[in-house]
Amino acid sequence: MLTDADLSALWLTLRLATVVTLMLLVIGTPIAWWLARTRSWLRGPVGAVVALPLVLPPTVLGFYLLIALGPNGPVGGLTQALGLGTLAFTFWGLVLASVIYSLPFVVQPLQNAMEAIGERPLEVAATLGAGPWDRFFTVILPLARPGYLTAIVLGFAHTVGEFGVVLMIGGNIPEETRVVSVQIYDHVEALAYGQAHGLSAVMVVLSFAVLLVLYGFRRRAGLWGAGAAPVPEHRS
Amino acid sequence: MTDARAPESLTVRLGLSRAGGFALNVDLSLPGRGVTAIFGPSGSGKTTLLRCIAGLEAGATGELHVNGQTWLGPGVCLPTHKRPLAYVFQEASLLPHLTARQNLAYAARRASGRGTGAAESPGNASAVGEQDVIDRMGIAPLLDRKPGQLSGGERQRVAIARALLARPRLLLMDEPLAALDAARKEEILPYIEQIRDLAGVPVLYVSHSVTEVARLADQVVAMNEGRVVGQGAVAEVLSGLDIALPEGEDTGVVWQGPIVEQRAEWHLSRVACAGGDLWIQQGAESRLGVSDGEVRVRIQARDVSLSLKPFEQTSIINHLPAVVESIYETSDGAQALVRLRAAGQPLVARITRFSAHHLGLHTGQPVWAHIKSVAIVR
Repeated sequence: MLTDADLSALWLTLRLATVVTLMLLVIGTPIAWWLARTRSWLRGPVGAVVALPLVLPPTVLGFYLLIALGPNGPVGGLTQALGLGTLAFTFWGLVLASVIYSLPFVVQPLQNAMEAIGERPLEVAATLGAGPWDRFFTVILPLARPGYLTAIVLGFAHTVGEFGVVLMIGGNIPEETRVVSVQIYDHVEALAYGQAHGLSAVMVVLSFAVLLVLYGFRRRAGLWGAGAAPVPEHRS
Repeated sequence: MTDARAPESLTVRLGLSRAGGFALNVDLSLPGRGVTAIFGPSGSGKTTLLRCIAGLEAGATGELHVNGQTWLGPGVCLPTHKRPLAYVFQEASLLPHLTARQNLAYAARRASGRGTGAAESPGNASAVGEQDVIDRMGIAPLLDRKPGQLSGGERQRVAIARALLARPRLLLMDEPLAALDAARKEEILPYIEQIRDLAGVPVLYVSHSVTEVARLADQVVAMNEGRVVGQGAVAEVLSGLDIALPEGEDTGVVWQGPIVEQRAEWHLSRVACAGGDLWIQQGAESRLGVSDGEVRVRIQARDVSLSLKPFEQTSIINHLPAVVESIYETSDGAQALVRLRAAGQPLVARITRFSAHHLGLHTGQPVWAHIKSVAIVR
């Protein structure tokens, strides 16, 4: 039922979402921590910038990224100077775009979970002799675990589901930037509804399975409650 | 990090200004052992002082030397995790994702990594065994539970055990009983009393309860509005007429002494205090588990009345000769607090202003103090 092109699009989508989610966890953790703790006036502006992808039409984001990544844009100029060519219409260009696009879906749950921890457990750990890194790994990470699970689910799902940004910045290159959402769009445009049905059904089942496993795990671990982050409104 | 200061002492010279007008300004020198109660009404800066000592207040300035180690000083500011201390917080402070056992292990594992050279020398830092602490705090059956499955009293016992296992050189306790009801307080107090013997290090114990202070402390620092308003032995400070007492607490003194005589037929025991002998009800001391025969009693100002002559025909059994030291009229205008010396020991009587006037009380005058009731605190 699924063609090789469909499978290749599926594989590419999973690869993209995995890479993006991992990068977002690394990038999102310090941003979320800073937003959760800082008393700086920059908190508002930075928080707003992080949340921008929530409200911007994906095409706007894609458009600016296209210009920035292009040969005459600031990022494109840098990547060319480094001998990497331009990132537009490549897998790594898509990764960069997706990281920006999905950033709020990772930062906000993490930030909420870290705010919910409060100062006390960290003060307690410090009085017991735990230094800053020790406190991060033995107090913040375990206590923010529900936030991390939510962030992983949302970051991954949102990357799988993106479409507008991909079209603007990635185009439609097989095995490079042709992700599932684009592939389905192609099928529909070609009036190949059977193909579109097949791939769409696979996505529904896959997404449901992933959510079921993760949410089931959260409930079993008794992690509802403290740190369970409200889900940001989804828009694509 | 080690200086030439007396090794067995605490020097605390701290300042901190907060937005909103609160300022902490404390200059204290404390002995490097025993329990020092930091006492005062809410908002007097007790907790802030403790947090500054622990390095939890970023803006604290001044000097802090603990048993020969400089924690804060010119060019020195140890971060909290480098200060060999333990802190028992007012409310639940167990790490919520760890079991009681894991909480204890968290402290024990990090205990050796703190402090400098001297902290490792035997007999200086406390060296109590883990099993000993667990048994003394009675928490063996609780070890595999998470904090959420423990009652408030059980949580505080685990927190106290954890503090001991951190092998601190200074133990800070911030109203560890405040969040508990009266019954739980009674349950925990004996455990806290053991800390003196177990920890072997100076303990700073924040409280606004006269009862706790009278029972636990070797000496008292009285605070008000961010400043120290009195410091010294429990009896001296608690009898001060100008220290701010929490609402509902009466001024009073704490005396202590050995039981020297038992009168079984009347169920009375005679306690030889420095200020004079007191008869107390027999059995009370055994209920409190007094083992060494030394009891500590509290005499509240309202339980002391005065007369110019001794009188025999009265139901009151404790009469002591005393000398008026000072008289302080209370703000309500009806009462007067009279600070006395009985054989050199402080005693406070709360009488009416009318009586003070009628008896013509003045400084230096000999009087008789009649003590209606004596509360045994330890």
